[in-house]
Amino acid sequence: MEIKRIATPLTLDVIEGLHAGEKVFLSGFIYTARDSAHKRMIETLKRGEKLPFDIVDQVIYYCGPSPAAPGRVIGACGPTTSSRMDAYAPILLSLGLKGMIGKGKRSAAVKDAMRQYKAVYLGATGGAGALLSRSVISAETVAYEDLGPEAIVRLGVKEMPLFVINDVYGNDLYDAGASQYKR
Amino acid sequence: MREIDVAEITQALEKLFIDANRNLSDEVRDALGSAIDREESPVGKEVLRELIGNADIARDEGIPICQDTGLAVTFLEIGQDVHIAGGSLDDAVAEGVRRAYKNGFLRKSCCDPFSRKNTGDNTPPIVHEKIVPGDRIKITVFPKGGGSENYSAVRMLVPSEGKAGVKDFVLEMVAKGGPNPCPPIIVGVGIGGNFETSALLSKEALMVPPGERNQDQEIAAFEMELLEEINRLGIGPQGYGGTVTALDVHVLVMPCHIASLPVAVNIQCHVHRIKKAVL
Repeated sequence: MEIKRIATPLTLDVIEGLHAGEKVFLSGFIYTARDSAHKRMIETLKRGEKLPFDIVDQVIYYCGPSPAAPGRVIGACGPTTSSRMDAYAPILLSLGLKGMIGKGKRSAAVKDAMRQYKAVYLGATGGAGALLSRSVISAETVAYEDLGPEAIVRLGVKEMPLFVINDVYGNDLYDAGASQYKR
Repeated sequence: MREIDVAEITQALEKLFIDANRNLSDEVRDALGSAIDREESPVGKEVLRELIGNADIARDEGIPICQDTGLAVTFLEIGQDVHIAGGSLDDAVAEGVRRAYKNGFLRKSCCDPFSRKNTGDNTPPIVHEKIVPGDRIKITVFPKGGGSENYSAVRMLVPSEGKAGVKDFVLEMVAKGGPNPCPPIIVGVGIGGNFETSALLSKEALMVPPGERNQDQEIAAFEMELLEEINRLGIGPQGYGGTVTALDVHVLVMPCHIASLPVAVNIQCHVHRIKKAVL
């Protein structure tokens, strides 16, 4: 498969060049956050306080890695199911979040918000946690350390293998793929 | 009467859970490999190649295949001529799990249902015990991830719904899961017994090695029929579209009440981790 190489921050020109079904290698920095971290971020916003990191043009990875063995940057770090974060995603997109990495379908509200705020949803291969760990070159906890595997960690990534699931043109790889191969 | 010390059980559990989480069995790796040939979608083929590469990296580098190293599901077949000495069996199993998840750098994924507070050591494990003839203990570990378990269900069908009703239920669950349980999946179907035994039966169905058919010809044919229909749904590897949605379907059947037709569907992701030892 042809591979497109992209880097963070995800600026509009990068995002507009992505189409559902393409394979990409992502380099730069991304932030892990899953269920509990999202709940806390939204509570923080509701109190009128600032998020623990600047999310403008950034990418959130729905991931709770396994612990790093001594001498390793990270453990296995594949994606978790994104739909559990659907309730929180539109608010973050409205604040400038440009990319989400996870697995599984998104709600209509999230897809609408992606079109409105020009953001993309990228798929990491579920269950490929060892493979994905190879593209992580640094990991630094930036918030919520008490949440253990659910803390927000800033990951430096190099050529992280991903597929474009939802682009800014309203295409959805899940819908297109399943209808193409349904017999 | 043969004596087995609890320390041996703890040791075996620690080793098995670490092994299961790092080393995908040859059967599952081969099933993924042969799926590449059957898969028609180029994206699907690419995903399957990633999964095989992933299994090899996990094995070579000694890290988990998937970060969801599961709840610690454990099956014990205890010979009736065994005397377990030196302490409590439950404690010994829990300690083995505790050590595996700590020393093997496995993720602790067990929490309180409401506060969501992590128990911190992946205990309590989920243990199923059976007393069998003999003087040995057979241990099977089956770390089970949350993503696939979330798309599993038990339903009490009306007997007149028969096989067609079972098929509809299985297809409904697979379609509902779509990409979320990490296809290509393996489907375990437990039919009969009552409410709780059908669920256990569906998990035992997942423990049948990939490619192996039910001894009963009629059930074996039903397994193939279900597999074919699941793969016609078009979900494909990771749900990106394709012709391999499931690697296999296993059905186990037992007698049930004259008023009932209990059916359980247990969905398993492609990271199908089962390891066994006999003490």
